[in-house]
Amino acid sequence: MARYDSLLDACGGTPLIGLPRLSPAVPEGAPPVRLWAKLEDRNPTGSIKDRAALFMVRRAEADGRLRPGDTILEPTSGNTGISLAMVAKLRGYRLVCVMPENVSIERIQLLRMYGAEIIFSPPAGGSNQAVATAKQIATEHPDWVMLYQYGNEANARAHYETTGPELLQDLPTITHFVAGLGTTGTLMGTGRYLREKVEGIQIVAAEPRYGELVYGLRNIDEGYVPELYDATVLSRRFSVGTRDAVLRTRQLVEVEGIFAGFSTGAILHASLAVAHEAVRDGRRADVAFVVCDGGWKYLSTGAYGGTLADAEESLEGQLWA
Amino acid sequence: MAIEVRIPTILRSYTGGAKVVEGAGDTLADLLADLDSRHAGLRGRLVTDADALHRFVNVYVNDEDVRFLGALDAKLNDGDSITILPAVAGGAFGFAAAAAIASHTVATRAAAAR
Repeated sequence: MARYDSLLDACGGTPLIGLPRLSPAVPEGAPPVRLWAKLEDRNPTGSIKDRAALFMVRRAEADGRLRPGDTILEPTSGNTGISLAMVAKLRGYRLVCVMPENVSIERIQLLRMYGAEIIFSPPAGGSNQAVATAKQIATEHPDWVMLYQYGNEANARAHYETTGPELLQDLPTITHFVAGLGTTGTLMGTGRYLREKVEGIQIVAAEPRYGELVYGLRNIDEGYVPELYDATVLSRRFSVGTRDAVLRTRQLVEVEGIFAGFSTGAILHASLAVAHEAVRDGRRADVAFVVCDGGWKYLSTGAYGGTLADAEESLEGQLWA
Repeated sequence: MAIEVRIPTILRSYTGGAKVVEGAGDTLADLLADLDSRHAGLRGRLVTDADALHRFVNVYVNDEDVRFLGALDAKLNDGDSITILPAVAGGAFGFAAAAAIASHTVATRAAAAR
């Protein structure tokens, strides 16, 4: 294998794994349609966010925005916080995360273990309250540095410089790239790189569709689209509901032995959709998709066992991707 | 012979509280016009004066974003399922809070620079 001078140097370079059992069967004589999983859970803290966290911190250091001993403020309900906590620890910064209380207990434990401090926003007031809490903290601590992954070009750059080239090297015959749409960094960076190198490549987004509790709080005039998002990079965009995401997450571990989180299930659902279309049209396809993280952090939801209806209910109101 | 349309909580005031309504039309534009004839005002929340989909509204035809299928000109068929959702791409909390801090920080710096 390989040896690295520090954990930060071991970021990326993740394996691309063929899925012979989940790939759809094609009629005899028809061109092959194959699914490939890029195991981003093999990054230092177990998620794809290590790539963005490392690039954002290095960029801020190069720009002089971050100096030794500085405090980084990150409103996050998920993996970015864990990645930043690890990078901050190794590079000598303090990390403060702001998050709502309805995230899984494992995430909180992980963040604290890596040394992050957590400020909870009261869940009762919903997103408006969370926003108010975050604003108040920023007011009280104007010297804290926010890397703002939704608008930070270094987030997309990480994938342009690493994820994209890795995929092309491992799968020169790639026809589709499928990933989750959150900050949009993975799709923008990898998508731009692959579009430059592979003629006709399809860049496909899988977006989680949460339970109504999440959307119920929203006013349409106060919507959010990350600054990084550029729709021209994408070919298609799928909305995947909780039930389909859970179904595919279970299928991935049952059929191919890959234990992933629910956002990966949503991505697999979209990947299978484009794979089956290729079979129907008699076209060759090499569909590479992202396994964002492992399933460990989501075990406490109970959604890996029992009926799909129960699983759906247990995830209702949670930000599962 | 109908197209099923899922309405988000925030827009159910236009549908008498109904979560799902039915409509007809060969394109999304036709469908929205048809819906507006029975649920007055609904179309105005989804489409701008310039006849484009509102930036913060996402419309999906059979779970696929209609902006990649021709937007308002997207062809529809009987039996299609339409879902309308407010745009909250990605971690709904994270982005809302991050965007608020970022705009706040910019405003504070601008004020300090004066």
